[in-house]
Amino acid sequence: MSTPPVNTSPVGTPPEAAPLLAVRDLRVLIGGRHILHGVDLDVARHGVTALLGRNGAGKTTTVRGVLGLVPRAGSVLLDGEETVGLPTHTLVRRGIGYAPEDRGIFAGLTVAENLRLAERPGADGPAYGLVHELFPELKSRRAQLAGTLSGGQQQMVAIGRTLLNGNRLIIADEPTKGLAPKVVTEVARVLERAAEAVPVLLVEQNLTVVRRLAEHCVVLADGRTAHQGPAAGLLGDAQATRRLLGVGQGPLAPLTAEADS
Amino acid sequence: MSTIVLLTMTGLGLGALYFLIASGLSLIFGLMDVLNFAHGALLSIGAYGTWWAASGHLPGAGPGGWGFALAVLFGTAVGTLAAVVLELVVVRPLYTRPREQVLATVGVGLAVPALLSGIWGSDARTFPGPQALSGTFRLLGADVPVNRLVLVAAAVVVLVALRLFLGRTRHGLVVRAGVEDRAMVTALGIDVRKAFTLVFAIGGCAAALGGALGGLYFGSVDPRQGTSLLIFAFVVVVTGGMGSVTGAAVAAVVIGLVQQFANYYTAAGLGDLAVVVLLAALLLVRPRGLTGRLA
Amino acid sequence: MSTATTPAPTPTAAPPAAGRDRSRLLRWWPAAVLVLLIVAPYSALPVPGLLDGPVGSPGSLQLLATCLLFGALATGYDLLLGRTGLLSFGHALYFAAGSYATNMFLLEAGLPFAAAAALGLCSGTALALVLGSVSLRVTGIGFSMVTLAFAQAGSILVSRNPGGLTGGEEGRAAPADLLPSWLVGIDHTANLYWITLAYLVLTLGVVHWAVRSPTGRVWEGIKENERRVEVLGLKPYGFKLTAFVLAGALASVGGLVHLLLTGGSTPQTTTSDFTLSLLVMVVLGGSGTRWGPMAGGILYTWADHRLGDLAGSGAVAELPAVLRVPLSQPLFLLGVLFVAVVHLLPGGLARLPSRLRRPRKEKK
Repeated sequence: MSTPPVNTSPVGTPPEAAPLLAVRDLRVLIGGRHILHGVDLDVARHGVTALLGRNGAGKTTTVRGVLGLVPRAGSVLLDGEETVGLPTHTLVRRGIGYAPEDRGIFAGLTVAENLRLAERPGADGPAYGLVHELFPELKSRRAQLAGTLSGGQQQMVAIGRTLLNGNRLIIADEPTKGLAPKVVTEVARVLERAAEAVPVLLVEQNLTVVRRLAEHCVVLADGRTAHQGPAAGLLGDAQATRRLLGVGQGPLAPLTAEADS
Repeated sequence: MSTIVLLTMTGLGLGALYFLIASGLSLIFGLMDVLNFAHGALLSIGAYGTWWAASGHLPGAGPGGWGFALAVLFGTAVGTLAAVVLELVVVRPLYTRPREQVLATVGVGLAVPALLSGIWGSDARTFPGPQALSGTFRLLGADVPVNRLVLVAAAVVVLVALRLFLGRTRHGLVVRAGVEDRAMVTALGIDVRKAFTLVFAIGGCAAALGGALGGLYFGSVDPRQGTSLLIFAFVVVVTGGMGSVTGAAVAAVVIGLVQQFANYYTAAGLGDLAVVVLLAALLLVRPRGLTGRLA
Repeated sequence: MSTATTPAPTPTAAPPAAGRDRSRLLRWWPAAVLVLLIVAPYSALPVPGLLDGPVGSPGSLQLLATCLLFGALATGYDLLLGRTGLLSFGHALYFAAGSYATNMFLLEAGLPFAAAAALGLCSGTALALVLGSVSLRVTGIGFSMVTLAFAQAGSILVSRNPGGLTGGEEGRAAPADLLPSWLVGIDHTANLYWITLAYLVLTLGVVHWAVRSPTGRVWEGIKENERRVEVLGLKPYGFKLTAFVLAGALASVGGLVHLLLTGGSTPQTTTSDFTLSLLVMVVLGGSGTRWGPMAGGILYTWADHRLGDLAGSGAVAELPAVLRVPLSQPLFLLGVLFVAVVHLLPGGLARLPSRLRRPRKEKK
């Protein structure tokens, strides 16, 4: 109950103010090995900030480090408040919705139970209306065991859980990974809509999705920040894209080109 | 025929006792990956608490009627409290060191029986009980001791209560989710450590109740009782699948029956041996049995 | 005692000559202790508090030998726990096998002692090989429980006394007429003491040698991260089995020494409590250190015996119940001490000196 009332809309905060999430010199050490050597990244107060990088660059570890799911050092400011040292659940209750890389679905629980777990005490109560409007399937399948859902449906549960509460920030780790092209488009559409109200930190390999959604982007390489800036600048520069991401299939790759990479 | 009836009822009684220990063990392991070697000690605390209260030390409690019920309640409450203290003081500070958590429970499992024998002696004490529960009743030509039925009834009540708790309450939902993926539960903003204390309390409660009623079954209490039952509870937990309460119930009945029948129809002690070998065989054939899911 | 020298101004500078000499001398302390232990039976020195009689008296030698025996057993057990990261709950089985098998070859087959001992050791080692190769098919807590199950099966078997072979709950005395006369009787306690000391030296030597061998380095890798060993193209199974069999063989030798020292085999040595007490010794002393397990074994055994005696003494009997009851139960005190060590002193008593020194000493 120690959760402060969650600021459900960015209205009232000047767009040009300090970043919502400011990560400075984030270091993560797992099993005696440094995975992150010092990541800096800012998440703006509105829109989608994409976190990019080749496989093994440390994107997922960065997200897990931000959430305190792995032991970390450095500084992670959420709205100016230091969160390193806070347990994960306390940090999340300050208004973060998280859809992890493997979707984090509880396979033995029903769809309804998966969503109910994400409910947090808040001003307006859980926003089932919004979730069911965006994903009507979740309503009809509410009694189904989540483990029997398709990959796309599981991703809907994962994203649905982040939309249930009036969060200040949504973190989505490769939400389009391994999904069919049609589902990728649908997930992208939902994230686009979500980002109108809540800033999103999006880890994504699919550059088409990034192009469509992201306003800012951060590129990691070998556990460090290699580039940070407006998305258009980086993605418009084929050479920089190839150098930083190791991809560069022309100006517009097909939607699914990177989905399985 | 009467022998088979008697063996069946005794096996069911024993199975009920196993279930009372194994259900908590299974939940604790499923949620926290801690094999609680102090779980037998919790049973002993429940048994001694009940014995102490029923022997006239607790006002209102006694060996008969409602006095005995109060004694059982007291023993169970003491066991539950001990389990909560165990989790908060011994297990929780070692949250990031799973192996040390197991080692610490080993230490508690050694210390508690020693303390009990220090206070009340290492010899078995006669367990008082109400007249109504010490007799027998006729079932299909056999004289079956009533205490078997009491144990079975208690186990059924605990099973139903646990299923309702897991299936119908938010805390139960958190426990079921935590058995699947603890980290994700915290990432949804839930303090999973509260669930740790809760499952310890539940496990301690069931084990202590098993101790209180096990006193009736064995007719006596001794400091090593809980620890010697623990190994069979391990067998039940592994057979039933870690973290599965229903699995534990089925396995407990099977193990109890197998043990009774094998002990009677083959050389005495062979049933115990068979059950222990079954544990090894199961683990080898189905090593994933340790990572079962909650059902 | 302390090897701490005043911190040199630069970390790379050699320590002052006096300190270097002192630390070189200190390196020889194990040899000095060994010499002391070898000549102990000739000493009539009384050690009030620690021992009942003078050091050389049969009673004291018996207690010292028991301490050394468990020091050695704990050292051997740590080959699994501290060096390879295997948590076995069935180590008692191989200890008991060494004792019971030798005893049965003496009693049932009437073999001469040397043959019975050799066959007993082979039986214990073979048992470790067979059960180890099966148990190691599962990992983690599953391995612990399989070893527990096998040991429990052995314990039940022994207490069932099949065919009168094991003597059931009573155990079986070794046949004095088949043992060499210099190993029998209270007058020869010193000989048994030296044998136990030799067993300790053997165990320390074998463990020290094995841990430094190429195999030992793989064990270390397995302990830290088994997956990474696999990635290097090595199969952990064979290395783990080697550790298991080596530890089992050392335990069998211990069982043989125990048979001689106590004049028989007792079912208490087959119980899971016996293995758990080894576990307590190792963690108490310091798992994965050279001297820790031995120190833990000696301390545990001594405390177990002496605290039991102390409880019977008048001084304790007069204490109020709150103090008397816990003091009369060595296992309670040891259990509590164990929990305290696990919480407050990761690394065991062996880490205590460096922990105490650290605040004064500059960190490297």
